[in-house]
Amino acid sequence: MDGTGELRVRLRQAAPFPLSVEFSAPPGSVTALFGPSGSGKSTVLRAIAGLHRTDDALVACGGQRWTDTAAGEFLPSHRRPVGFVFQDYALFPHLTVRDQLALALGHRPPGERAARISALLALARLEGLAARKPAALSGGEQQRVALARALARDPAVLLLDEPFAAVDWALRESLRHELAALRRQVSLTVVMVTHDFDDVAKLASHLVVIERGSVTAAGTVADLTSRNAVPGLGGAREPAVALDAHVVAQDPARRLTHLAAGTLRLEVPAVPGPVGTSVRIQIGAREVILASRRPEGLSLHNILDARVLAVEPGGHDALRLVHLAVGDARLLSLVTADAVRTLGLDRGAPVLALVKAVAVEAFA
Amino acid sequence: MDWTALTLSIRLGLLTVVLLLPIAFLVARWLAFGRFRGRGFVEALVALPLILPPTVLGYYLLVAFGRASPLGQAFEAVLGHPLVFSFEGLLLASLLVNLPFAVQPMQNALAAIPPNLRDAARCCGLSPLAAIRRVELPLALPGIATAAVLTFAHTLGEFGVVLMVGGSIPGETRTVAIAIYDRVQAFDEASAGVMALVLLTLSLVALGVTNTLARRMAHRH
Repeated sequence: MDGTGELRVRLRQAAPFPLSVEFSAPPGSVTALFGPSGSGKSTVLRAIAGLHRTDDALVACGGQRWTDTAAGEFLPSHRRPVGFVFQDYALFPHLTVRDQLALALGHRPPGERAARISALLALARLEGLAARKPAALSGGEQQRVALARALARDPAVLLLDEPFAAVDWALRESLRHELAALRRQVSLTVVMVTHDFDDVAKLASHLVVIERGSVTAAGTVADLTSRNAVPGLGGAREPAVALDAHVVAQDPARRLTHLAAGTLRLEVPAVPGPVGTSVRIQIGAREVILASRRPEGLSLHNILDARVLAVEPGGHDALRLVHLAVGDARLLSLVTADAVRTLGLDRGAPVLALVKAVAVEAFA
Repeated sequence: MDWTALTLSIRLGLLTVVLLLPIAFLVARWLAFGRFRGRGFVEALVALPLILPPTVLGYYLLVAFGRASPLGQAFEAVLGHPLVFSFEGLLLASLLVNLPFAVQPMQNALAAIPPNLRDAARCCGLSPLAAIRRVELPLALPGIATAAVLTFAHTLGEFGVVLMVGGSIPGETRTVAIAIYDRVQAFDEASAGVMALVLLTLSLVALGVTNTLARRMAHRH
């Protein structure tokens, strides 16, 4: 299966609701379609899978055109190499876990199927549950079955529709970890629909914001969050920068991990994993303190040389959001307007950004 | 006890079930999943035999099957005898009369399948035909069983249409229901009573089996 190509999507329709969406997902990326409920993001996902047809559409993956209304081409859903994880999982109630997987293996020669089922069961940690039917599975187990069934297709693109919406908060976080772990084992292009920005901040590399049927922002998650340029978040979420980092050194004696994101170096509380392990980090603007001189005698691990890029209103009269360049990375700092005045935080001014180790949220 | 009539009834019932179920499944699927104008009208047409007096239905079938109609002539050319007052005519009438009994349970069962499951079947790589075989049929099985039993039981009991289209020719069109009427007319209450009891038992067993089957299948998932 051609899993290396870029996924290109262009959709337009006037009815039943207006939709005008265009984006591309690089191979191997996790692209989040983010927006409020009813913005049309699930429809986009269904159109990629060929389950929804629009008046004007182009869906292409690698060299294959799946939908091209201009050329009158339409590849039916069952011929598209996509894995679809539905919001409610859509498991077949009459089939055991093993049979759900077998059903999706029709494209493989019969001789390979048994081995492939075993591999998928192991990958999704479902070994003991192969003979169970969906009704006898917990919510988390059902989600793993849905994911394994989608992967059984050997998809070029994995489509996830609100993958964590149906489970409670505690399970959601552990499922996110599972998906992140799975991504390290299987190289895949993923398109994920979500209205929970936590999913974006922790799992996505790319972001497409969809509001009322139109794309209002698109780019990498690191770029959009570090410029505080994600529309649709409103006041619901404090500005925070999400960056891709990796482990550069472990310091077991001090129980610290050294992370690097570009030229940015950070010490954080121990994150498990060998050197090179990729880690998604989030740093809230409220957690970044600014100083004009190097402080001493503080419980502080990260003192970073920074430069002021811009100062914008901070959502409140008395507050300012300061955009900082730290090497080739960017950070945000929420401070008082008073601090901006007394520290002289003008555009281009050098400043020290102080980040507590525990203020860096690491997700691996 | 008229054994010829009983075997004729059972033969008619089984043939009706075997021939009608595949056709009715397609109609049920079309009504359950199709989005088209005039669906209400088609549904009404299918349900018509439920409320139409059997004599009215029988009258129209008699006209449609008669030697003057193109249908009747075509059949006579193929069969070598007229369609009316023949077993074939009776079977054709039975197929039409039983349409609602076969379509409605299957339509309800198919409509109850969550749309996501049908989408998931497609995304698992199943062709439309494979999706019917491996997802829709198994999930609609209780509805299909109900349709089969209702069709069979109703065919055994049909009286008015049979009398109009088939008459009462022993071994050809005289079903148990007709035979009972015949026996009562001839003041042979003992024979009528036995046959009535047989029909009652068969119907009761059929309905009991369907209900148990449907409940067991519902519990299986």
